[in-house]
Amino acid sequence: MKKNPLALSLAGIVLAACAGMTASEKDYSQETVAMLKASFKERGQAKLDRLDQDDMQRLCSQYQGKPMPKDVSDKLEKAQQALIKYPADGNFLGDFRSGERIAQSGQGKQFNDNPANPSGANCYACHQLSKAELSFGTIGPPLYNFGKIRGFTPEMQKYAYSKVYNSQAFSACSNMPRFGHSGILTEAQIKDVVALLMDPKSPVNQ
Amino acid sequence: MNRINRLALALFAVGASWAFAQQPRSAVEEIERYRAALGDGNPAELWEARGEGIWKQKRGPKNASLEQCDLGLGPGVVKGAYTVLPKYFADSGKVEDLESRLVTCMVTLQGFTPEEAKKDPFGDPGKKVPMDALVAFVTGQSRGMKMNVAANHPKEQEAYEIGKKIFYYRGGPHDFSCASCHGADSQRIRLQDLPNLTKTADAQRAYGAWPAYRVSQGEVRSFQWRLYDCFRQQRFPELEFVSPASIALTTFLAKNANGGVFDAPSIKR
Repeated sequence: MKKNPLALSLAGIVLAACAGMTASEKDYSQETVAMLKASFKERGQAKLDRLDQDDMQRLCSQYQGKPMPKDVSDKLEKAQQALIKYPADGNFLGDFRSGERIAQSGQGKQFNDNPANPSGANCYACHQLSKAELSFGTIGPPLYNFGKIRGFTPEMQKYAYSKVYNSQAFSACSNMPRFGHSGILTEAQIKDVVALLMDPKSPVNQ
Repeated sequence: MNRINRLALALFAVGASWAFAQQPRSAVEEIERYRAALGDGNPAELWEARGEGIWKQKRGPKNASLEQCDLGLGPGVVKGAYTVLPKYFADSGKVEDLESRLVTCMVTLQGFTPEEAKKDPFGDPGKKVPMDALVAFVTGQSRGMKMNVAANHPKEQEAYEIGKKIFYYRGGPHDFSCASCHGADSQRIRLQDLPNLTKTADAQRAYGAWPAYRVSQGEVRSFQWRLYDCFRQQRFPELEFVSPASIALTTFLAKNANGGVFDAPSIKR
Protein backbone atom coordinates (compact mmCIF):
# COMPACT_ATOMS: atom_id res chain seq x y z
CA MET A 1 0.00 0.00 0.00
CA LYS A 2 1.25 3.46 -0.86
CA LYS A 3 1.61 5.56 2.28
CA ASN A 4 -0.17 8.88 2.38
CA PRO A 5 1.91 11.31 4.49
CA LEU A 6 -1.05 13.61 5.13
CA ALA A 7 -3.25 10.76 6.32
CA LEU A 8 -0.42 9.49 8.50
CA SER A 9 0.18 12.85 10.15
CA LEU A 10 -3.55 13.38 10.62
CA ALA A 11 -3.74 9.96 12.25
CA GLY A 12 -0.88 11.05 14.50
CA ILE A 13 -2.71 14.20 15.54
CA VAL A 14 -5.90 12.25 16.29
CA LEU A 15 -3.97 9.65 18.28
CA ALA A 16 -2.14 12.35 20.21
CA ALA A 17 -5.40 14.13 20.95
CA CYS A 18 -7.13 10.92 22.08
CA ALA A 19 -4.29 10.01 24.38
CA GLY A 20 -4.30 13.53 25.87
CA MET A 21 -0.64 14.03 25.07
CA THR A 22 1.04 17.34 25.85
CA ALA A 23 3.37 19.04 23.39
CA SER A 24 6.48 17.75 25.11
CA GLU A 25 5.30 14.12 24.81
CA LYS A 26 4.48 14.25 21.11
CA ASP A 27 7.16 13.35 18.57
CA TYR A 28 7.67 16.21 16.13
CA SER A 29 10.13 14.45 13.78
CA GLN A 30 7.98 14.81 10.64
CA GLU A 31 7.06 18.42 11.40
CA THR A 32 10.73 19.24 12.03
CA VAL A 33 11.88 17.92 8.66
CA ALA A 34 9.03 19.70 6.85
CA MET A 35 9.82 22.97 8.64
CA LEU A 36 13.55 22.71 7.88
CA LYS A 37 12.83 22.13 4.19
CA ALA A 38 10.61 25.21 4.14
CA SER A 39 13.20 27.37 5.91
CA PHE A 40 16.43 26.90 3.94
CA LYS A 41 17.32 27.65 0.35
CA GLU A 42 20.14 26.19 -1.70
CA ARG A 43 23.18 28.35 -2.23
CA GLY A 44 26.30 27.40 -4.18
CA GLN A 45 27.35 23.88 -3.37
CA ALA A 46 24.98 23.67 -0.35
CA LYS A 47 21.83 22.09 -1.84
CA LEU A 48 18.66 21.25 0.08
CA ASP A 49 19.53 17.53 0.07
CA ARG A 50 21.93 18.34 2.90
CA LEU A 51 18.83 18.37 5.11
CA ASP A 52 18.12 14.69 4.26
CA GLN A 53 19.56 12.55 7.05
CA ASP A 54 21.28 9.21 6.55
CA ASP A 55 20.81 6.39 9.09
CA MET A 56 23.68 7.58 11.31
CA GLN A 57 22.50 11.19 11.36
CA ARG A 58 18.92 10.19 12.11
CA LEU A 59 19.84 7.77 14.92
CA CYS A 60 22.36 10.11 16.51
CA SER A 61 19.93 13.05 16.38
CA GLN A 62 17.37 10.87 18.11
CA TYR A 63 19.78 9.90 20.89
CA GLN A 64 21.71 13.19 21.21
CA GLY A 65 21.60 14.38 24.79
CA LYS A 66 20.72 10.90 26.09
CA PRO A 67 22.56 7.53 26.20
CA MET A 68 22.29 5.20 23.19
CA PRO A 69 21.62 1.51 23.99
CA LYS A 70 24.70 -0.65 23.35
CA ASP A 71 23.06 -2.89 20.75
CA VAL A 72 22.09 0.20 18.73
CA SER A 73 25.57 1.74 18.90
CA ASP A 74 27.29 -1.60 18.08
CA LYS A 75 25.11 -2.01 15.01
CA LEU A 76 25.76 1.58 13.92
CA GLU A 77 29.54 1.20 14.28
CA LYS A 78 29.56 -2.07 12.29
CA ALA A 79 27.51 -0.50 9.49
CA GLN A 80 29.90 2.45 9.31
CA GLN A 81 33.00 0.20 9.37
CA ALA A 82 31.69 -1.57 6.28
CA LEU A 83 31.64 1.79 4.45
CA ILE A 84 35.38 2.52 4.83
CA LYS A 85 37.38 2.44 1.60
CA TYR A 86 41.10 1.83 2.08
CA PRO A 87 43.85 3.10 -0.26
CA ALA A 88 44.47 0.73 -3.21
CA ASP A 89 48.24 1.02 -2.75
CA GLY A 90 48.03 -0.14 0.87
CA ASN A 91 49.99 2.90 2.04
CA PHE A 92 48.54 5.11 4.80
CA LEU A 93 51.31 7.67 5.32
CA GLY A 94 51.49 10.93 3.32
CA ASP A 95 53.31 14.23 3.94
CA PHE A 96 53.00 15.58 7.50
CA ARG A 97 53.77 19.18 6.34
CA SER A 98 50.73 19.09 4.08
CA GLY A 99 48.84 17.40 6.93
CA GLU A 100 49.59 20.37 9.19
CA ARG A 101 48.16 22.80 6.58
CA ILE A 102 45.01 20.64 6.28
CA ALA A 103 44.71 20.55 10.10
CA GLN A 104 44.88 24.36 10.24
CA SER A 105 42.31 25.10 7.51
CA GLY A 106 38.59 25.35 8.25
CA GLN A 107 37.62 26.02 4.65
CA GLY A 108 35.35 23.82 2.61
CA LYS A 109 31.70 22.82 2.08
CA GLN A 110 30.24 26.09 3.43
CA PHE A 111 27.82 27.77 1.03
CA ASN A 112 30.24 30.66 0.60
CA ASP A 113 33.28 28.44 -0.07
CA ASN A 114 34.57 27.94 -3.60
CA PRO A 115 34.17 24.18 -4.25
CA ALA A 116 37.17 24.31 -6.61
CA ASN A 117 39.47 24.89 -3.61
CA PRO A 118 40.55 21.95 -1.44
CA SER A 119 38.78 21.54 1.91
CA GLY A 120 40.59 21.59 5.21
CA ALA A 121 39.92 19.32 8.17
CA ASN A 122 40.21 22.06 10.85
CA CYS A 123 41.60 19.49 13.33
CA TYR A 124 42.86 22.31 15.59
CA ALA A 125 39.31 23.61 16.04
CA CYS A 126 38.69 20.65 18.36
CA HIS A 127 42.06 18.96 19.13
CA GLN A 128 45.47 19.88 20.51
CA LEU A 129 48.05 18.56 18.01
CA SER A 130 51.51 20.17 17.78
CA LYS A 131 52.97 21.86 20.82
CA ALA A 132 53.61 25.09 18.90
CA GLU A 133 49.93 25.77 18.14
CA LEU A 134 48.30 27.22 21.26
CA SER A 135 45.03 28.07 19.57
CA PHE A 136 43.34 24.68 19.77
CA GLY A 137 39.87 23.58 20.83
CA THR A 138 38.74 21.00 23.37
CA ILE A 139 35.70 19.31 21.81
CA GLY A 140 37.90 16.30 20.93
CA PRO A 141 40.69 14.70 22.99
CA PRO A 142 44.26 16.09 22.79
CA LEU A 143 46.29 14.31 20.08
CA TYR A 144 49.73 15.63 21.01
CA ASN A 145 52.30 12.78 20.73
CA PHE A 146 49.63 10.60 19.07
CA GLY A 147 52.11 8.20 17.38
CA LYS A 148 54.76 8.41 20.08
CA ILE A 149 52.30 7.24 22.75
CA ARG A 150 50.57 4.55 20.68
CA GLY A 151 53.57 3.26 18.72
CA PHE A 152 54.54 3.88 15.09
CA THR A 153 53.05 0.59 13.91
CA PRO A 154 51.28 -0.24 10.62
CA GLU A 155 48.19 -1.22 12.63
CA MET A 156 48.04 2.20 14.27
CA GLN A 157 48.52 3.88 10.85
CA LYS A 158 45.55 1.91 9.55
CA TYR A 159 43.48 2.82 12.62
CA ALA A 160 44.29 6.53 12.22
CA TYR A 161 43.32 6.36 8.53
CA SER A 162 40.04 4.60 9.39
CA LYS A 163 39.19 7.03 12.19
CA VAL A 164 39.72 10.11 10.01
CA TYR A 165 37.86 8.42 7.14
CA ASN A 166 34.84 7.48 9.26
CA SER A 167 34.86 8.40 12.96
CA GLN A 168 31.46 6.74 13.47
CA ALA A 169 33.01 3.29 12.81
CA PHE A 170 34.71 3.37 16.22
CA SER A 171 32.65 5.71 18.34
CA ALA A 172 28.96 5.88 17.51
CA CYS A 173 27.63 9.47 17.39
CA SER A 174 31.07 11.02 17.73
CA ASN A 175 30.98 14.77 17.02
CA MET A 176 33.79 14.34 14.47
CA PRO A 177 32.96 14.56 10.75
CA ARG A 178 33.44 11.49 8.52
CA PHE A 179 36.12 13.14 6.40
CA GLY A 180 36.53 10.32 3.86
CA HIS A 181 33.03 8.90 3.84
CA SER A 182 31.43 12.31 3.29
CA GLY A 183 33.94 13.43 0.66
CA ILE A 184 35.37 16.30 2.70
CA LEU A 185 39.00 15.17 2.23
CA THR A 186 40.55 13.18 -0.65
CA GLU A 187 42.42 9.93 -0.04
CA ALA A 188 45.75 11.78 -0.45
CA GLN A 189 44.68 14.44 2.08
CA ILE A 190 43.70 11.80 4.64
CA LYS A 191 47.15 10.18 4.21
CA ASP A 192 48.71 13.60 4.90
CA VAL A 193 46.65 13.97 8.09
CA VAL A 194 47.64 10.41 9.12
CA ALA A 195 51.29 11.44 8.60
CA LEU A 196 50.74 14.44 10.87
CA LEU A 197 49.61 12.00 13.58
CA MET A 198 51.93 9.07 12.82
CA ASP A 199 55.19 10.29 11.21
CA PRO A 200 57.96 10.26 13.83
CA LYS A 201 59.24 13.56 12.35
CA SER A 202 55.84 15.29 12.59
CA PRO A 203 55.54 18.22 15.06
CA VAL A 204 52.79 16.21 16.77
CA ASN A 205 55.37 13.63 17.89
CA GLN A 206 58.11 16.03 19.09
CA MET B 1 37.66 55.77 6.59
CA ASN B 2 35.02 56.78 9.10
CA ARG B 3 35.42 56.92 12.84
CA ILE B 4 33.58 53.66 13.56
CA ASN B 5 35.67 51.67 11.10
CA ARG B 6 38.88 53.04 12.61
CA LEU B 7 37.59 52.17 16.06
CA ALA B 8 36.65 48.68 14.87
CA LEU B 9 40.09 48.12 13.37
CA ALA B 10 41.84 49.33 16.50
CA LEU B 11 39.69 47.12 18.71
CA PHE B 12 40.25 44.17 16.39
CA ALA B 13 44.01 44.72 16.61
CA VAL B 14 43.76 44.68 20.40
CA GLY B 15 41.78 41.45 20.21
CA ALA B 16 44.20 39.83 17.76
CA SER B 17 47.32 40.70 19.75
CA TRP B 18 45.56 39.46 22.87
CA ALA B 19 44.80 36.12 21.20
CA PHE B 20 48.42 35.55 20.23
CA ALA B 21 49.98 36.79 23.44
CA GLN B 22 47.99 34.73 25.92
CA GLN B 23 48.08 31.11 27.03
CA PRO B 24 44.78 29.26 26.51
CA ARG B 25 44.44 28.63 30.23
CA SER B 26 43.69 32.29 30.95
CA ALA B 27 41.47 32.80 27.91
CA VAL B 28 38.22 33.17 29.85
CA GLU B 29 39.56 35.77 32.29
CA GLU B 30 41.23 37.69 29.49
CA ILE B 31 38.05 37.75 27.43
CA GLU B 32 36.12 39.04 30.46
CA ARG B 33 38.72 41.80 30.98
CA TYR B 34 38.69 42.64 27.29
CA ARG B 35 34.89 42.92 27.31
CA ALA B 36 34.86 44.97 30.49
CA ALA B 37 37.39 47.36 28.94
CA LEU B 38 35.18 47.78 25.87
CA GLY B 39 31.82 47.88 27.65
CA ASP B 40 31.89 51.59 28.43
CA GLY B 41 32.16 52.62 24.81
CA ASN B 42 29.95 50.21 22.89
CA PRO B 43 29.38 51.51 19.34
CA ALA B 44 26.02 49.65 19.38
CA GLU B 45 24.66 52.83 21.02
CA LEU B 46 24.89 54.49 17.62
CA TRP B 47 22.70 51.74 16.13
CA GLU B 48 20.24 52.10 19.01
CA ALA B 49 19.96 55.85 18.42
CA ARG B 50 19.55 55.40 14.67
CA GLY B 51 16.97 52.68 15.30
CA GLU B 52 14.89 54.95 17.53
CA GLY B 53 14.83 57.49 14.73
CA ILE B 54 13.69 54.88 12.20
CA TRP B 55 11.06 53.57 14.66
CA LYS B 56 9.51 57.06 14.87
CA GLN B 57 9.98 57.99 11.23
CA LYS B 58 7.01 57.96 8.83
CA ARG B 59 7.96 55.44 6.15
CA GLY B 60 6.46 53.23 3.45
CA PRO B 61 3.41 53.58 1.15
CA LYS B 62 1.17 54.36 4.16
CA ASN B 63 3.59 57.04 5.42
CA ALA B 64 3.31 55.72 8.98
CA SER B 65 5.77 55.14 11.80
CA LEU B 66 6.22 51.88 13.72
CA GLU B 67 5.18 53.55 16.99
CA GLN B 68 1.89 51.59 17.12
CA CYS B 69 3.57 48.23 16.48
CA ASP B 70 2.58 45.54 19.00
CA LEU B 71 5.79 43.75 19.96
CA GLY B 72 4.03 41.51 22.46
CA LEU B 73 3.14 43.85 25.32
CA GLY B 74 0.57 45.88 23.40
CA PRO B 75 0.71 48.54 20.65
CA GLY B 76 3.56 51.00 21.16
CA VAL B 77 5.14 49.25 24.18
CA VAL B 78 8.86 48.83 23.51
CA LYS B 79 10.14 48.72 27.08
CA GLY B 80 10.68 45.07 28.06
CA ALA B 81 9.09 43.70 24.88
CA TYR B 82 12.14 41.68 23.87
CA THR B 83 12.01 39.66 27.10
CA VAL B 84 8.69 38.02 26.07
CA LEU B 85 9.71 37.13 22.50
CA PRO B 86 9.24 34.87 20.59
CA LYS B 87 5.51 34.87 21.15
CA TYR B 88 2.27 33.83 19.41
CA PHE B 89 0.42 36.75 17.80
CA ALA B 90 -3.26 36.28 17.08
CA ASP B 91 -3.26 38.93 14.31
CA SER B 92 -0.70 37.07 12.20
CA GLY B 93 -1.60 33.60 13.52
CA LYS B 94 2.11 32.85 13.95
CA VAL B 95 4.81 32.59 16.58
CA GLU B 96 7.12 35.53 15.87
CA ASP B 97 10.54 36.64 17.05
CA LEU B 98 11.52 40.32 17.08
CA GLU B 99 12.77 40.45 13.50
CA SER B 100 9.69 38.64 12.20
CA ARG B 101 7.42 40.96 14.18
CA LEU B 102 9.18 44.04 12.79
CA VAL B 103 8.58 42.67 9.28
CA THR B 104 4.89 42.12 10.14
CA CYS B 105 4.53 45.71 11.40
CA MET B 106 6.37 47.13 8.37
CA VAL B 107 3.79 45.32 6.21
CA THR B 108 0.61 46.05 8.21
CA LEU B 109 1.37 49.56 9.49
CA GLN B 110 3.64 50.99 6.81
CA GLY B 111 2.34 49.16 3.73
CA PHE B 112 5.59 47.60 2.59
CA THR B 113 5.32 44.26 0.77
CA PRO B 114 6.75 41.29 2.75
CA GLU B 115 9.54 41.07 0.14
CA GLU B 116 10.45 44.75 0.65
CA ALA B 117 10.36 44.38 4.44
CA LYS B 118 12.70 41.35 4.33
CA LYS B 119 14.97 42.64 1.56
CA ASP B 120 18.02 43.72 3.60
CA PRO B 121 18.12 41.54 6.74
CA PHE B 122 21.77 42.21 7.63
CA GLY B 123 23.99 45.22 7.05
CA ASP B 124 27.74 45.57 6.82
CA PRO B 125 30.13 48.50 7.34
CA GLY B 126 29.53 49.64 3.74
CA LYS B 127 25.76 49.32 3.95
CA LYS B 128 23.57 50.44 6.84
CA VAL B 129 20.17 48.76 6.91
CA PRO B 130 17.07 49.73 8.98
CA MET B 131 16.61 46.18 10.41
CA ASP B 132 19.91 46.11 12.38
CA ALA B 133 19.17 49.56 13.85
CA LEU B 134 15.57 48.70 14.77
CA VAL B 135 16.74 45.48 16.43
CA ALA B 136 19.40 47.39 18.39
CA PHE B 137 16.84 50.00 19.53
CA VAL B 138 14.14 47.54 20.62
CA THR B 139 16.49 45.10 22.37
CA GLY B 140 18.27 47.99 24.12
CA GLN B 141 14.92 48.85 25.72
CA SER B 142 15.00 45.48 27.55
CA ARG B 143 18.51 45.85 28.91
CA GLY B 144 18.72 44.86 32.58
CA MET B 145 15.36 43.03 32.55
CA LYS B 146 14.77 39.30 33.01
CA MET B 147 13.93 36.99 30.11
CA ASN B 148 10.33 35.87 30.46
CA VAL B 149 9.19 33.80 27.47
CA ALA B 150 5.82 32.19 28.30
CA ALA B 151 5.58 29.47 25.62
CA ASN B 152 2.15 28.42 26.94
CA HIS B 153 0.08 28.75 23.76
CA PRO B 154 -0.10 25.45 21.82
CA LYS B 155 1.67 27.09 18.84
CA GLU B 156 4.42 28.33 21.16
CA GLN B 157 4.76 24.87 22.70
CA GLU B 158 4.97 23.35 19.23
CA ALA B 159 7.63 25.91 18.19
CA TYR B 160 9.62 25.10 21.33
CA GLU B 161 9.48 21.33 20.73
CA ILE B 162 10.38 21.63 17.04
CA GLY B 163 13.14 24.11 17.96
CA LYS B 164 14.54 21.51 20.32
CA LYS B 165 14.48 18.89 17.53
CA ILE B 166 16.30 21.33 15.23
CA PHE B 167 18.92 21.93 17.94
CA TYR B 168 19.74 18.20 17.90
CA TYR B 169 19.28 17.69 14.13
CA ARG B 170 22.50 16.34 12.60
CA GLY B 171 22.93 16.85 8.87
CA GLY B 172 25.09 18.01 5.99
CA PRO B 173 28.54 16.74 4.93
CA HIS B 174 30.02 17.35 8.42
CA ASP B 175 27.20 15.66 10.40
CA PHE B 176 26.92 18.77 12.60
CA SER B 177 23.97 19.83 14.74
CA CYS B 178 23.78 22.86 17.06
CA ALA B 179 24.53 20.41 19.88
CA SER B 180 27.84 19.35 18.27
CA CYS B 181 29.31 22.57 19.64
CA HIS B 182 26.71 23.71 22.20
CA GLY B 183 25.67 20.52 23.99
CA ALA B 184 28.48 20.00 26.53
CA ASP B 185 30.09 22.03 29.31
CA SER B 186 33.35 24.00 29.13
CA GLN B 187 34.31 23.32 25.52
CA ARG B 188 36.21 25.54 23.11
CA ILE B 189 36.61 25.89 19.36
CA ARG B 190 40.18 27.10 19.03
CA LEU B 191 40.25 29.66 21.89
CA GLN B 192 36.56 30.55 21.66
CA ASP B 193 34.50 29.34 24.64
CA LEU B 194 31.28 27.58 23.66
CA PRO B 195 28.20 27.99 25.84
CA ASN B 196 26.31 24.77 26.64
CA LEU B 197 22.88 25.91 25.48
CA THR B 198 21.15 22.97 27.17
CA LYS B 199 22.17 24.31 30.62
CA THR B 200 20.31 27.22 32.18
CA ALA B 201 23.25 29.38 33.32
CA ASP B 202 25.09 29.15 29.98
CA ALA B 203 21.87 29.63 27.99
CA GLN B 204 21.00 32.74 30.02
CA ARG B 205 24.46 34.25 29.56
CA ALA B 206 24.63 33.46 25.84
CA TYR B 207 21.11 34.51 24.86
CA GLY B 208 21.29 37.65 26.99
CA ALA B 209 24.38 38.83 25.07
CA TRP B 210 22.76 39.00 21.59
CA PRO B 211 22.43 41.16 19.54
CA ALA B 212 26.04 42.30 19.68
CA TYR B 213 28.32 44.83 18.08
CA ARG B 214 30.94 42.63 16.42
CA VAL B 215 34.26 44.45 16.56
CA SER B 216 35.74 42.28 13.80
CA GLN B 217 32.80 43.07 11.50
CA GLY B 218 32.03 46.69 12.44
CA GLU B 219 28.33 45.87 12.61
CA VAL B 220 25.55 45.13 15.10
CA ARG B 221 24.51 41.52 14.56
CA SER B 222 20.97 40.37 15.36
CA PHE B 223 19.98 36.96 16.72
CA GLN B 224 18.69 36.04 13.25
CA TRP B 225 22.22 36.73 11.96
CA ARG B 226 23.70 34.59 14.74
CA LEU B 227 21.63 31.59 13.64
CA TYR B 228 22.26 32.29 9.93
CA ASP B 229 26.03 32.23 10.43
CA CYS B 230 25.97 29.20 12.75
CA PHE B 231 24.14 27.20 10.05
CA ARG B 232 26.66 28.40 7.44
CA GLN B 233 29.48 26.97 9.55
CA GLN B 234 27.34 23.88 10.18
CA ARG B 235 27.51 23.37 6.35
CA PHE B 236 23.73 23.58 5.99
CA PRO B 237 22.09 25.42 3.07
CA GLU B 238 21.27 29.12 3.56
CA LEU B 239 18.82 29.86 6.40
CA GLU B 240 16.04 32.15 5.20
CA PHE B 241 15.46 35.33 7.20
CA VAL B 242 12.57 35.01 9.73
CA SER B 243 11.87 31.48 8.47
CA PRO B 244 9.74 29.15 10.67
CA ALA B 245 12.80 27.04 11.62
CA SER B 246 14.74 30.13 12.72
CA ILE B 247 11.83 31.23 14.94
CA ALA B 248 11.27 27.73 16.39
CA LEU B 249 14.96 27.44 17.28
CA THR B 250 14.92 30.93 18.79
CA THR B 251 11.86 29.96 20.88
CA PHE B 252 13.78 26.96 22.26
CA LEU B 253 16.89 29.02 23.05
CA ALA B 254 15.01 32.04 24.44
CA LYS B 255 12.85 29.96 26.77
CA ASN B 256 15.93 28.12 28.03
CA ALA B 257 17.30 31.56 28.97
CA ASN B 258 14.22 32.48 31.06
CA GLY B 259 15.11 34.17 34.35
CA GLY B 260 18.45 35.39 33.01
CA VAL B 261 19.13 39.12 32.86
CA PHE B 262 19.09 40.43 29.30
CA ASP B 263 22.21 42.55 28.74
CA ALA B 264 22.40 43.52 25.08
CA PRO B 265 23.21 44.90 22.56
CA SER B 266 26.59 43.78 23.86
CA ILE B 267 30.04 44.01 22.34
CA LYS B 268 31.99 41.02 21.11
CA ARG B 269 35.34 40.47 19.39
